[in-house]
Parts: sequence; C-alpha cells; structure tokens
Amino acid sequence: MTLQMNWSRASTLLQRLGSVIGLVLLFIVLSVMSPDFLTTGNLLTVLRQVSINALIAFGMTFVILAGGIDLSVGAILAFTGAITAGLMASGHGMVLSVGAGLGLGLILGMVNGVLVSWGKVAPFIATLGTLTLLRGLTLSYTQGSPIPVTNQGFALVGGGYVANLVPLPVIWMFIAFIVCGFLLRGTVFGRHVVAIGGNEEAARLSGVRIAPMKVAIYGLSGLLSAFAGIVLTSRLYSAQATAGQGYELDAIAAVVLGGTSLAGGRGWLFGTLIGALLIGFLNNGLNLLGVSSFYQQVVKGIVILIAVLLDRRQ
Amino acid sequence: MAAPLVRMRNIHKAFGPVKVLEGVDFELLAGEVHALMGENGAGKSTLMKILTGIYAPDEGSIEVDGQPVSITSPADAEKYGIAIIHQELNLIPSLSIADNLFLGREVHRFGLLNRKAMDTRAKEWLTRVGMTKLDPTTLVERLSVGQQQMVEIARALGQKARVLIMDEPTAALTESETTTLFKLIRELREQGTGIVYVSHRMEEIFALCDRISILRDGQFVGTRDVPGLAFDEVVKMMVGRTLDARYPTRTPKIGDVRLKVEHITGGMVQDISFDLHAGEVLGVAGLLGAGRTEMARLLFGLDKLESGKVTLDGHAVTPKTPTEAIHAGFGFVTEDRKAQGLVLDLSLRENVSLPRVPAHAGLVDRGAEKKQTSGLIDALKIRTRDMELDVRALSGGNQQKVVLAKWLALKPRVLILDEPTRGVDVGGKAEIYHIINQLAETGVAILMISSELPEVLAMSDRILVMHEGHATALLDAHGATQEAVMTAATGGK
Repeated sequence: MTLQMNWSRASTLLQRLGSVIGLVLLFIVLSVMSPDFLTTGNLLTVLRQVSINALIAFGMTFVILAGGIDLSVGAILAFTGAITAGLMASGHGMVLSVGAGLGLGLILGMVNGVLVSWGKVAPFIATLGTLTLLRGLTLSYTQGSPIPVTNQGFALVGGGYVANLVPLPVIWMFIAFIVCGFLLRGTVFGRHVVAIGGNEEAARLSGVRIAPMKVAIYGLSGLLSAFAGIVLTSRLYSAQATAGQGYELDAIAAVVLGGTSLAGGRGWLFGTLIGALLIGFLNNGLNLLGVSSFYQQVVKGIVILIAVLLDRRQ
Repeated sequence: MAAPLVRMRNIHKAFGPVKVLEGVDFELLAGEVHALMGENGAGKSTLMKILTGIYAPDEGSIEVDGQPVSITSPADAEKYGIAIIHQELNLIPSLSIADNLFLGREVHRFGLLNRKAMDTRAKEWLTRVGMTKLDPTTLVERLSVGQQQMVEIARALGQKARVLIMDEPTAALTESETTTLFKLIRELREQGTGIVYVSHRMEEIFALCDRISILRDGQFVGTRDVPGLAFDEVVKMMVGRTLDARYPTRTPKIGDVRLKVEHITGGMVQDISFDLHAGEVLGVAGLLGAGRTEMARLLFGLDKLESGKVTLDGHAVTPKTPTEAIHAGFGFVTEDRKAQGLVLDLSLRENVSLPRVPAHAGLVDRGAEKKQTSGLIDALKIRTRDMELDVRALSGGNQQKVVLAKWLALKPRVLILDEPTRGVDVGGKAEIYHIINQLAETGVAILMISSELPEVLAMSDRILVMHEGHATALLDAHGATQEAVMTAATGGK
C-alpha cells in the first residue's frame, strides 16, 4: 500500500518535472533552429515579456490551489493601470499614484473574495461579473483613449534596467516569485490555501476561517494583477483601456502548464514560473521562425492541450 | 455437486513492486452468502476488483459455472452476471429511480425514450427488492441511503446478476433498513443468487452468512463454515494473533463536571440536557437520523443554537464557528473522515497540524511541527514509514488515528467522537479504544457517538440515548443492556 504511493509520488514528480523537461526541450530546439534565439538580448526580452503574465499567474496559482478561479485579473490590470496613470496625469505624485493603484487592486480582489465566500457565488461567475464591470468602468474612465505617462521616474518601473542589462520587470518577477513562494511554503496562510483546495470541509472543521482566507487569496490575486498593470503601464508609457485582454487565460494556462491541478489542493509556484516561461519562449520562438501569428495561437492551443492531457491523473 | 458459481484460483496481483494478492483462492456457490473478511489492506477490494474486471490479475484463473472465463472489463463482468454494490453508491441524485435503473441501457426508439416501458419495468424490479411503495419517477435524491441501496440492488438484479458483491452494505443503514436488507439477501439466496458480503461487522456476518473466507496481507488464510465457528477463531485468522480482548478494560477516574449542556435546541435537536465530567466517556446511542451528529454540530458551532445553554468549566460558551469551538476547548472527530476529517492530498504532518500549525508570527516552524507529529505518531502507534506521506496512502485505521492525532495536538478539554471506529478493522479498533481510554484517564471529557451497541456499552461510563432529536434515556453503562438501549432508541419506554 505504502509503496504503491511511492509510485504515485514518483509519477507526481515526473508530472511536475514534465514542464521543466518541456522547457529544456523547447530551448534546445529553438537554439538549433534559430541563431538569434540564444542571445542575451533575446532571452532578456522574452523574460521581460513573460514578467507581466508571471506576476498575474503567481496570484492565480493561489486562487486555483484553493479551488477557485479568477477571471477578473486582466480587467483589474487595466483598471488599476488607468487609475494610476490618471492620478499622475492630474498632478499627483508617483508614490501616491502607485500606492493607490496597488491598494485598489487589493480591494477589488477582496471584493471577489467576498462575493465568493460570503456571497456564495461560484468563482467563475463572480469574477466574470467583476471582469465585465471593471472593463466598463475602465472604458468610461479613460473615455476609450490612452492616458499618457509623463512622469519620468514612473517610466523606469517598467522601462528601467539594472546594470544597464536586466530589465526591471524581470527583477520584479523574481522578487514576487520568492515572496509568493515563501508565502505558499513557509507560512500558515499558504498551508491553509492548500488545505482549502484539498478539502474545504475538513479545513473548516479544523478551525480554518474559510471566508477571510478566500478574501485574502483573491485580494492577493488582485494586488499582483494591479502590480502587473502598473509595470505594463509604465513600460508602454500609457494606460490603455483595452490592456490585459485575455491575460486571465494566459495566466490560467501558465498555472496549468506548471502542473497545478485545476481542482485545487495540488500544485506549486515554481511550476507556474516554468509555465509562464514556456508560453513566453514558445511565442518568441515562433516569431523568430517566422510563423504567422495566426498559427502561433494554434500552436499555443495545442501545447496547452497536450500538457493538460499529460497531466491528467489516472 | 454442481460446479461453484465462481471459482478464483491462485490469484496474484502486484502494483509495481508491491504484492497485493499472493495466490488467493476464492469460491462462491449458488445460493450462499459468503463473507469476505480481512483487515484493511488485506486485499479484499483488490480481489473483488479483479472479479468485476476493474483490475486484471497477474496470474491465476477465474471460472464461472465451471467454465474458465476472462474478465477484463466491467462489461465482461456484467455479461457473466457479476455485479457489485459499492459502499459509495453510484446513483445520479438528480435523476429518477427509473432513469437510474436504465442508465446506459435506456429503452428507446430512434433515440426517443420510452418512459412508460421503463417505468413499468422499473416497478417490477423494485417489487423484487421489496420496495413496492416506491414510485419509479421519484428522484433518487429524495430517497434515504437505505432506499438508494435497494435501487442499486434492483439495478443489479435487472441486469440479471447472479453474483452480487456487497461492500459494507450496512455502514450507512438504520436498524430497520438493515433488517429489510437482510431479509432481501436471504430471499436472493433462496433464489440461487451467490452473494459476497464484505464487512467488518462480525455480528452481522455470523447472523447472515453461510461461509467466511479470510485474507491476511494478500494471502488466503482459509474458508470456514459459519455454523459452529467461534468468533475468536475468525479474529485470530484475520490478525494472525489472539487479541487480548475486544474492548480493553477501563479504570475510569471521573472528575468534576466539565461540560454542562442545558436544554439545547437547534435544527432537529430538541431540548437536550446532560452533564459530562472530566475523565468520563459519555456514549451517545440512537438510530441513524436520531439527531446525534446534529447535536455534536450544535456544540461545535457548525449549526445554529436556537436556545439552551452550554457551560464549559464554569464558563458559558456558545461557539458560532468551529474556530471559536476549538478555542473554547472542543475537538470534533467527524463521522466521515474522508469528506470531513482529512485533506487526503496533504501529508500526514500537514493534516495533523491543520487545526493549529506550529508557527511564529505566521511563519511555519517546521522543526516544531515535525517534533509534534512524530510524538503523536509514536503515541498513537500510527503505522507509516514517513510523516511526509499523503494520508490517502494510509489504511482506514491509520487514517482515523491521524484524525485523532490532529485533535490531540490541541489538547482539547472536550473531545467529541462521531463513529470513531467506522470502517476500521478489528486490530485498529482495539487500538483506538485504548487511545480513548488513555485520553479519558488524562481528564479529557469524551462524548462518543456510536451506532455499534457493543462498543457503546463497553466503552462508556454513561449512555445518552436519542430518538428523533430528543434524549429518551440517560443510562449507567454498567448494567445497561443492548435491549434497554434499543428500546430507548426506538422511542419505546
């Protein structure tokens, strides 16, 4: 009996390493097929592109691990980005504007959490609702036209470099990875996230306060989405009402590619990072190889399906 | 003598390097009820999964009516008339009885359902299992567990099953449903059906079965005729040793009143009062649906207390959530360990520390957590190589000990146990009884809900009997009889 489980443990490990192996294989193939791939410049560019999705996907990992889903991340990204840029455009300082943007993201996420826990609305529906609502608010706030960024200091958040080489968003991504990884593995909060996703009833009967936990989990997702929104706004020098459309699906794809179970209770943050990198390098590789953007989507879809099929538990 | 209905010979099965079955023989005659016994993990379910085509044996042969057959899928099993009634019922609650009975084999013409034909035939099948009063159009979710089981049996019979495998069929049944089920089993036996009865409940097996086959650690120990068979011999064959006693002797040291419950009412629970002393085990007996679990849920803050007063060590407590109940000093070992007690995909360590993770300022103290877990593993004799193992991998008895460990880590003042030994094998039961006694000796006040009367009588100091939400008796366990408890539990005087 116990040995039997070792097998399942080994196969879990294999499933987990699957995404890593996939990434390594992709690296090898792309290095061979395109001379431009394995250059510092290209790799750092990809990492910078990946960072936005990774930030969102880290938050999404917590939500999915706890047995939920958050479709509103892209909308939160757009709305908080617009508010942050708007505050600066109306003369407020950078620190206040960024603080307000992050705080707003946290609160919007917590609203999702309240809807899901106290409101007992299914996460899919609740966050679909806030997605639609926030998209509308963003459009009316921006009146559909981009809000330009003039604050030079703010432009560095997403556009700056460390040592003239590594883009700042990449640094943000790794810092967020370490903080979130520690949150998940080293804190009571993280333990309770996994317990809720594994068996909510057992967690509740063990005294875990489910509702506040969910508010915090969705709040974290909102906070990270807002952070991604601020980084993106800074990098693009403007806030667009349509920013972040479809980002929720990329984030979910990264989480699932990384081996986290959509049913909750099983997963890891490192996998999400790998999943985000896989998607990023795949896009980059297809670009370098001159594959049309129409087919890129087809390939991405196929990769996701294959990954999920491989991940299917017996 | 005719060939046996089913004969399995020299069955071997291994999963990876683990040998689960090593040369098991099993024979089922037409018109017999044959018990299959063994501790959890002995290989009973694997053997039955091989017979029903879910697993393929690595070695060995299966004969039906003396003819060698190969059963490689559940469809094959159905073809040979072999059906299994699972412990977890396989019905779709939102569909009607008739829909369920004909699921996958609907009567139709060009895809259009012929409901009338199905309802008529469903009625016939229900009559066969004695459920004449049930309307086939009733939704399954409206049926009691016992009725659902009858529907499952009706479905098996409708598929012309001659071999019926029942896995712990009475686990969720009330006394009267059990009686009805046994009556049906005896009738089926008369009609020549062969029944494999997998259960841990000795009393039932001795009352119902003709023969017993016993497995131990994947090995076939033997088959015995029930008439003339001694209870102790079966236990010995199962565990490979003689148990000192089924119930360890107790030396109760009863202290002051710890929990005072006065006139609590809420949901179906009506006006219950009792005192529970430190070091006392108060058994709670009653039929299924008597409101025992509901009373425990009220105390633990899971359901709303409408009126009444609860005092713990002199302080009024009215927990509104489990979190508050735990802080007040309650622990609750729930009835269904898989659904409510454990997070199966988390490790033993993580499950044990779920109610209170050893931590400083929110940061998990892994060292303290490991120390706490290994201490409890030793104290409760949880058999596992590794505290990092998912609890899913443990046997039922060991899982139950993990649930106990989880609460012991909190040092509760009042521990509520709801069916603490359900689905646990004989050896595991004895160990859990021992743990309960030890806890009581350290002064924990224990409220033990149980549907096994011998258990309640042997383990308790006093017994609270419930019937339809009311307390009908509070008996001194010494001198109480099964009859007295049953009388109160059925509402008699």
